[in-house]
Amino acid sequence: MTMAGTRADTAHPGIGQDGAPAPVPIADDVHWIGALDPQLRRFDLILRTANGTTYNAYAVRGRDGVAVVDTVKAEFAEPFFARLEQVARYDEIRVIVLNHLEPDHSGALPELMRRAPQARLIISKRAPAMLKALLKADDEEIRYETVDTGHEIDLGGRRLKFLHTPFLHWPDTQCTYLVEEQVLFSGDVFGCHHCDRRLFNDRVGDFRFAFEYYYAHIMRPFKAHVLDALRLIEPLPLKLIAPTHGPILRERPRRYVARYRELSGGAALEPMPVDSAPLRTLLIFYLSAYGSTARMAEAICAGAETVHSVRVSLYDLDGGESEPFVDLIEAADALALGSPTVNGDAVKPVWDLLSSLAVVNLRGKVGAAFGSYGWSGEAVPMIEDRLRGLKLRVPLPGLRLKLIPTDAELADCRDFGRRLARALVGDAASGSGNGQAARGVIDFAELG
Amino acid sequence: MAKAKLTFEDIGQTVNVPAGIRVIDVSEKVGAGIIYGCREGDCGTCMMHVTDGWNNLTEPSVLEEKVLRENMAGRHDRLACQAQVIGDCSVKPA
Repeated sequence: MTMAGTRADTAHPGIGQDGAPAPVPIADDVHWIGALDPQLRRFDLILRTANGTTYNAYAVRGRDGVAVVDTVKAEFAEPFFARLEQVARYDEIRVIVLNHLEPDHSGALPELMRRAPQARLIISKRAPAMLKALLKADDEEIRYETVDTGHEIDLGGRRLKFLHTPFLHWPDTQCTYLVEEQVLFSGDVFGCHHCDRRLFNDRVGDFRFAFEYYYAHIMRPFKAHVLDALRLIEPLPLKLIAPTHGPILRERPRRYVARYRELSGGAALEPMPVDSAPLRTLLIFYLSAYGSTARMAEAICAGAETVHSVRVSLYDLDGGESEPFVDLIEAADALALGSPTVNGDAVKPVWDLLSSLAVVNLRGKVGAAFGSYGWSGEAVPMIEDRLRGLKLRVPLPGLRLKLIPTDAELADCRDFGRRLARALVGDAASGSGNGQAARGVIDFAELG
Repeated sequence: MAKAKLTFEDIGQTVNVPAGIRVIDVSEKVGAGIIYGCREGDCGTCMMHVTDGWNNLTEPSVLEEKVLRENMAGRHDRLACQAQVIGDCSVKPA
């Protein structure tokens, strides 16, 4: 008795199970020709991958030739070419479309171009710089064509239409839509790290966690761009979504589009009652060993609260986990961080929080730093540098106090809070065009 | 030393600066909303829009022109880490 019949449907039949790779039809004359990577346990250093991932690539055949859509990571070129060769000859390949140039999708590109030198390489209009950097090539050394939303390539009864969807999750990203089959080759959008040779969403194991986890770490920083992309994707008739990682979404594909809209729609709960005036929100986080930085935080909070239309929240970083704080920060307008200086540095929970913020968009938020210190007080400028590095605007020089704050110093803290809140409200004013020259002229030497 | 007035429209702040200074060195100190990435003219993150005094910044280099093109820069957009102030001008985040 053989186990072969059951093994074909098993998610993990064993290490290296991609030994006899076969292409998988996903629509008429459209095949999956990707590769399985079941042993991967961490992707790009930042994502855990409990059952590995897939690198999905596709071949589309028209009357006049074949299109290859995306390739695979270089180490997985062998099963990719083996699958490709079963559905097309290299001299039939008319176009190679790269929806995303990250090495896990472009790794096999140089070899594919060598084997199919006649093929036109199609990339998005934002992709040339990345392509040249990736291949270490100049314009003279590489031929490519760029496309934008609305551009189309006809393979003979099969039209590929392109959707320019930048920053999902690199500047170069795009989607490709096969009109006749209503198939969206979506790149990393709607993808996830879930390796299962059964391939289709109605056949594979439960990948809901993987889908949400992928969005949270890869797409979340680019919510505004996701919404722009959804405006292009939602009107399309969709039979199937073919992403570059994880299951192919053929069973109710629109559910995944709708889920992206939900996830990109902002905070879970509005921070304010709907009938209140629009407010700017300021979050103050602090850590304090002897209570001095805590007293500074309270005074800054009290000062900020005196400014109309700013809502201030105060949190001891020692009393919470980073993850919900990251959610708060994503929805806030400003962030003030207080840390004492210990051994010439800010304390670890501050860095832990700051290093957790890469998954949210911080552009345009206001940042500030403060803290009490004993000898040298490096924590405050170090936090300010990090805030700037995270692309926050730091409108006020940080506030440092030596040891226990006096009443006069606490008054300085209240003033600091007031000025920070005003800078926040001032931003709103300048956004409506009233801000020009509102603050007069200062000399560069005064900026310190 | 020659001076110039550099205005950051997003925060309504004008700064008297020594001629020759790069916009990035002022905007960061004054807390204006222009953001930064590599700070060496490669990534395009610090793109800004020059609303007034376009000719009072140093000419963009060939490399800056290339990065601006690749990042779909609009008319009168510059990189804050490359443009040096040589006369009065006003800028804001692109």
